[in-house]
Amino acid sequence: MTMIDKRIDSVTAAVADIFDGATVMVGGFGEAGSPIELIHALIDSGAKNLTVVNNNTGSGHVGLAALIENKQVGKMICSFPRTANSTVFPDLYRAGEIELELVPQGTLAERIRAGGAGVPAFYTATSVGTPLADGKELRNFQGRDYVMELGLKADFALIKCERADRYGNLVYNKTARNFGPIMAMAANITIAQTGSQVEVGAIDPESIVTPGIFVDRIVTVADPAQESKLVAAGRSYP
Amino acid sequence: MSTQTDTAFGWNREQMAQRAALDIPNGAYVNLGIGIPEKVAQYVPEGREVIYHTENGLLGMGVAPEPGQEDPELINAGKKPVTVIPGAAFFHHADSFAMIRGQHIDICVLGAMQVAKNGDLANWSTGAPDAIPAVGGAMDLVAGVKTIYVITQHCTKNGEPKLVDSCSYPLTGQSVVSRIYTDLAVIDVTEDGFVLVELAPGVGFDYVQARTGATLIPGQQLAG
Repeated sequence: MTMIDKRIDSVTAAVADIFDGATVMVGGFGEAGSPIELIHALIDSGAKNLTVVNNNTGSGHVGLAALIENKQVGKMICSFPRTANSTVFPDLYRAGEIELELVPQGTLAERIRAGGAGVPAFYTATSVGTPLADGKELRNFQGRDYVMELGLKADFALIKCERADRYGNLVYNKTARNFGPIMAMAANITIAQTGSQVEVGAIDPESIVTPGIFVDRIVTVADPAQESKLVAAGRSYP
Repeated sequence: MSTQTDTAFGWNREQMAQRAALDIPNGAYVNLGIGIPEKVAQYVPEGREVIYHTENGLLGMGVAPEPGQEDPELINAGKKPVTVIPGAAFFHHADSFAMIRGQHIDICVLGAMQVAKNGDLANWSTGAPDAIPAVGGAMDLVAGVKTIYVITQHCTKNGEPKLVDSCSYPLTGQSVVSRIYTDLAVIDVTEDGFVLVELAPGVGFDYVQARTGATLIPGQQLAG
């Protein structure tokens, strides 16, 4: 009898099947919740022409910014591609070497949730009357205009959590939760790096944030790097 | 000791935040934008309990941590370290924006590049061709939060009016702003246009009108 066991030994093995041209959702809001070791493993794997979904575009020359700098990303879907500490995305964007789909932050979150919930499209008041509604279907409900937005799915999600069991049940840490739970729902294969692993049953069922059905692989990174510290130290990857 | 008369003229950034804070009622759920709006929290009058939302996923945001106590996984929407109050809650991004888009947040205070007399707001892009477009949660906030207040300097650094007949910059939202706090005045957006409801110390109506790109209507509080 095969037990359900989603544990993977290494970040390298966890991301090994991410293929060229894949859509990859990457958790995190700034450095909070950024699965930096999984991203670095993806850099090592060399998969290219990726479409990456993240709220930002990373900072410095590590993590998501390094993945972009390594020319592995053909397109970013995000809400806020500028950061104080990164020139990587702006330089490539100005050079016409990377595509940008700019999405309001709440619409981005809702598109991901919809994708994970089997909802192909929905209507929202956000962006009506702005350039970000150009070309999109408008519809009036009860006297107010709404714009149609499409659900968003991915081939893979890379997320970070605090604790996990072998079923893939996850608990997060403070505001590092951000996009993790919804990206886990929206991806075909969800890979979570966790600060620690616990026995099945050790997490109170009332406290589980992401139920294991949404998670495919867990890999322990007991002492994850802190993006801001790496940036402050002038580090780059690889 | 100076013998010059110390005549107050206008409001500084702190005083703008202080004035806006007077309009935050007890029990409100409030989202504060980056910059001067952030300062509003420190001036809400004693005796009012206000819950601060930060859209990256926290309700019950507290003050900045003591130096050395920062937690990189406990930050606000400006990606600065924060603390939590007792009774705070964490949640994921879709829940956080459901609070915004589902009209559960009472008040949002944010900055502006331009506000039009019909309440249109432009605060995310100048439309310059070489700019990297970035919107964040601004469009969600103005479309979903019940009441939108703006805090802004009355004019740009070049002296151009920020309160105008119609915005020349790309919009963040249509007819969304209720009230504007500037260094010169408090101005309401009404069906008739901009109504000047309060002048900063030492500032006259004509002075404000000369620096506004649309007609100002004197409010009843100013009459007589």
